[in-house]
Amino acid sequence: MAAEDLPSEFDVVILGTGLAESVAAAAFSRVGQRVLHLDRRSYYAANWASFTFNALLTWIQQHQEEPQPEEVQDWSSLLEEGEELIYLSQSDSASIRNVQVFCYTSEEDEEEEEALNTTEEEPKPDSADPQAQTEPGPEEASHTEGDEPESLQLVPPAAQNQSEPSKKKISYAHLVREGRRFNIDLVSKLMYSRGSLVDLLIKSNVSRYAEFKNVTRILTFRNGRVEQVPCSRSDVFASRQLSVVEKRKLMRFLTSCAEETEEQRAYNGRPYMEFLSDQKLGDNLQHFLLHSIAMVTEATPTEEGLAATRHFLRCLGRYGNTPFLFPVYGLGEIPQCFCRMCAVFGGIYCLRHSVSCLLLDTHSNRCKAVIDSRGQRISCSHVVLEEGFVGADRKRTNTPPRFLSRAVLITDRSILPTDSEQQVSMVTVPPAAAGGPAVKMVELSPSTMTCSPGTYLVHLTCPSIGPAHQDLSPLVTSMFRTPESPDHEGPSVLWSLFFNMADGSGLEAEGHDLPENVYLSSGPDAELGHDHAIRQAESIFQKVLPEEEFCPPAPNPEDILYDGDTLGDTADGETGDTIGDITDKPPPPERRDGQNLKSE
Amino acid sequence: MHGRVKVKSTAQQEEEKKKEREKKLKIYVAARDACFSKRKEGIFDDEALQISQQLLSSNPDFATLWNYRREILMHLETVKDEDELQKIYVAELSFLESCLKVNPKSYGSWHQRLWVSTRLPKPDWARELNLCDRCLSLDDRNFHCWDYRRMVVKMSSVPVDQELAFTDRLIGSNFSNYSSWHYRSTLLPLLHPESPEPPSPCRKPPQSSPPPSPQTLSHRVCEEQLLKEYELVQNAFFTDPNDQSAWFYYRWLLGRAEREEMISCVYVSRDEERVAVAFSRPVNAEASGLLLVLDGQPQRVEWRSVHPRFKHSPVWICDLPPGTISDIPYEHNLTVHWTEKPTHRDCALYTGRSESWCRDSATDQELFRSELSVEKTSVLQSELQSCNQLQELEPLNKWCLLTIILLMRALDPLGYEKETLAHFQTLKEVDSMRSAYYSDLCSKFMIENTILKMEYAEVRVFSISDKNLTTLCHLDQLLLVTHINLSSNQLQRLPPQFAMLQCLEVLEADNNSIENLEGVYHLPKLEEVLLKNNKISSLSDLQPLASCPMLKRLDLRGNPVTQTPDIESKLAELLPSVTNLLL
Repeated sequence: MAAEDLPSEFDVVILGTGLAESVAAAAFSRVGQRVLHLDRRSYYAANWASFTFNALLTWIQQHQEEPQPEEVQDWSSLLEEGEELIYLSQSDSASIRNVQVFCYTSEEDEEEEEALNTTEEEPKPDSADPQAQTEPGPEEASHTEGDEPESLQLVPPAAQNQSEPSKKKISYAHLVREGRRFNIDLVSKLMYSRGSLVDLLIKSNVSRYAEFKNVTRILTFRNGRVEQVPCSRSDVFASRQLSVVEKRKLMRFLTSCAEETEEQRAYNGRPYMEFLSDQKLGDNLQHFLLHSIAMVTEATPTEEGLAATRHFLRCLGRYGNTPFLFPVYGLGEIPQCFCRMCAVFGGIYCLRHSVSCLLLDTHSNRCKAVIDSRGQRISCSHVVLEEGFVGADRKRTNTPPRFLSRAVLITDRSILPTDSEQQVSMVTVPPAAAGGPAVKMVELSPSTMTCSPGTYLVHLTCPSIGPAHQDLSPLVTSMFRTPESPDHEGPSVLWSLFFNMADGSGLEAEGHDLPENVYLSSGPDAELGHDHAIRQAESIFQKVLPEEEFCPPAPNPEDILYDGDTLGDTADGETGDTIGDITDKPPPPERRDGQNLKSE
Repeated sequence: MHGRVKVKSTAQQEEEKKKEREKKLKIYVAARDACFSKRKEGIFDDEALQISQQLLSSNPDFATLWNYRREILMHLETVKDEDELQKIYVAELSFLESCLKVNPKSYGSWHQRLWVSTRLPKPDWARELNLCDRCLSLDDRNFHCWDYRRMVVKMSSVPVDQELAFTDRLIGSNFSNYSSWHYRSTLLPLLHPESPEPPSPCRKPPQSSPPPSPQTLSHRVCEEQLLKEYELVQNAFFTDPNDQSAWFYYRWLLGRAEREEMISCVYVSRDEERVAVAFSRPVNAEASGLLLVLDGQPQRVEWRSVHPRFKHSPVWICDLPPGTISDIPYEHNLTVHWTEKPTHRDCALYTGRSESWCRDSATDQELFRSELSVEKTSVLQSELQSCNQLQELEPLNKWCLLTIILLMRALDPLGYEKETLAHFQTLKEVDSMRSAYYSDLCSKFMIENTILKMEYAEVRVFSISDKNLTTLCHLDQLLLVTHINLSSNQLQRLPPQFAMLQCLEVLEADNNSIENLEGVYHLPKLEEVLLKNNKISSLSDLQPLASCPMLKRLDLRGNPVTQTPDIESKLAELLPSVTNLLL
């Protein structure tokens, strides 16, 4: 693409391929807007991305390096009469901090293990030639691997017997060799079965591009032990830890929550904790309801706690016994699915491509064009920017940015092993001390295609107090075996990553000094669900096109009329041989191990 | 707008679909006609198999075509060898699987599958079980599949413990599925039969009765397992007390007692020269070989039920040949043999006595505890405690209240009478749709209690006034009662069963809503009938009274019938024996 110039006119230019930007791109493109969607990174999904193990190592290295001073190119030669330049920030480093990596396993395989191995598969080296500009279409797999720069870790061409995960300790070399089986998310979120993301995926038909797994159980960490939280009717029935009276109380509470009552309204403004303790539920149930079901703090007001509880309950049972879904191959799939939808409707995609500055019409105070990183002038009516592109000089207020603390662990077994090795667990960890942050933990099994067989991938997230390692490592040592907790009976941590990520929930849309047709979107927030990003995308869309529908259902491919396609000549696909196939079934999905979303 | 994707309009899509449908219909009709004409001509070839397959795969509920296929397959059985047949039948099974995907509840497909499975030379039952499990995981109430599965389990002799584990699994995933609970109830007695020693002292069989049949034993479960089942089912009804599946299973666990089949009473009256026999359940005396032996001589008698409406009745009557027992000074010995069971009961009519009887009293038999009588009192007591605990949490739960009532009755019907009545009151309020059911049930329990009280008092007077009775039952227990007081209840009729009160002399039933006296029928000793303030409206309603020869006093005040013109003369004509008439 290097030699080719982009078209010089678009309706909307979008910078950044995070969830909010990608959803907005799909929405614009779907209703016929000409969309140019750019990302300065070499991969899709920005801070929402999923990486193979090797690509993650590259990402770590990039973020551990000192940020290079920005070279500001002077594009003022492109200015016309009555125009002004607004330079955009080109550095990606501000949103990620304090990256720390720990490897607790041996570098190399143990000798005897090597001897047993037989050569079955040689990992292919990662693509060394990332596509600078791609247009993901339905025919193109949208894995991130293809877009990654060459891994700096040299992949030893050693072999590994894949069918028998070794009982011996998994070595670092093994992780690197199996690196392509990992899809490690930078954010850790789950999809509420009736949350706005799932509703949008269904409504827009974007769900056809991905598959999903149920989160199979909700766990909680309490008094030093991991316990299962009974939340569905059959969980409650089967629970061994609750007495029959507790079962009744829990079920009754959950049923009574469904509708707002006078009794509940009387607690408005008072802490949810107070409401719960007045229900005389007992410690067990109170803990489950507060920390695992409502997932709020003791100080949360009752109306918010109840709303969270209701949301949880509404989501329960739509697809399984928990309220949550997780996309097979990781959360990074989701923004890419929306990008694909955008591309299907004509959106143009460039990675490693950015916008250097906005061209401001001084007369109307609107952005009339952008200048891309190659100096091409592209006129447009609207611009959507990831928050990170805006320099500090454009911020009106100076509130210090908030951060999330994240940890990613690769462990050797589940924190609560069962007969099934397919468990996907949501784990709630209440604050260690009152007022401290609650940690949300997600444990993924290889069935989600995010980690290699024999390993588990554990994500921890909490609002930052200090650096991620400081915030989260005490919990890690109390739940897992690490060199600091060598006698722990829990799973061993093989490898861990800690980092802080900017909390996107702090974005103040009005807090920036920008032209009125430039809209800001933010990165991931601390919440478990995706509502924040979806809301943001929808609100941007509605500001630009208040009359248009947001992501209407995409038509079936066979109903789309292409140029020259008239009604008469649709008879080509006839089979006519059987009378059986009255329903035309869509072709089988590429990946058959997950669940497709269906509306009811 | 520029760049917008063009999509076919709804009208265009409809048009296309319509054309498509018409085309399919044409093909379908042609294939159907081809099939029918082949069948008419008696052609059983591969082509017929193919055409019918195409038709059935789009409409698996076409029964005629399944019949035709079976005819073809049966024909092929005569011409192909075993290996070929195996192949044909295996192909049929996989075809059937696709039909079940179209309609998982197709009668035709499941029936065909059953038929093929039993004819398959080398059946693969494991595969069939697997198919059933898949079907049930999609819809755990697919009774077609349950039926088929039962057959597969039987044919492949799946071990019972494996099946029990299967129900564990199903109940674990959805405890509201009664099919799983019911299946469990059939498996438990097989896997955990009750130990052979006699269960509880209260059920000590009378010396004359036969040992319990293997059938009655096979419904019981050993105590250790029962306790586990109580725990399981309590988990279910504490989790969701409004789900009836668990409650029904619980009822089954608590009480599966079967009443002893016996002659409960023999009554003989010297005046009427008549014998009445009561049984523990309704029988047909004509068919069940009832034999009357008087002083060692078998008697040729004609048995009749108390009312012509009954072919089966718990009480049967016969008249002895005139003069056989009418002489007061003589003593007679009677034996009634129930040859079918076999069992018998003796009765002696002593010198100078005008009547005599022999029976087990209701108190001896623990008659009214029978529904839940299997368990030891201690077990019932602890179950009552759990239910009371649940009731505290869910004071308005009807299943819980009803179960508490049943447990209380099994433990101490008279002691818990007050609580029982209070619970019935609550039940009628919370479940008003079934208030009539609860009223009837409450009436039944009140009658049982009154019978017990009467038995303890050893009298022949049955008095149950002002108890809100809506129905009468257990009338076979009142065979010997001479005086009944039903005043101030809500009875609407004296049903045919009332004719079982063969000794009745005085009937008090003032202040009810009685419209119908069908059961006051051939009561040989009845002298007084008091029906003040009821709803008897016509003379014909009083017709049954004409069959009671001794009736002398009749109170009809406050009934619409008294407004009939010339009522007095008409009554004198209908009931000539009545000398004391109150209108």
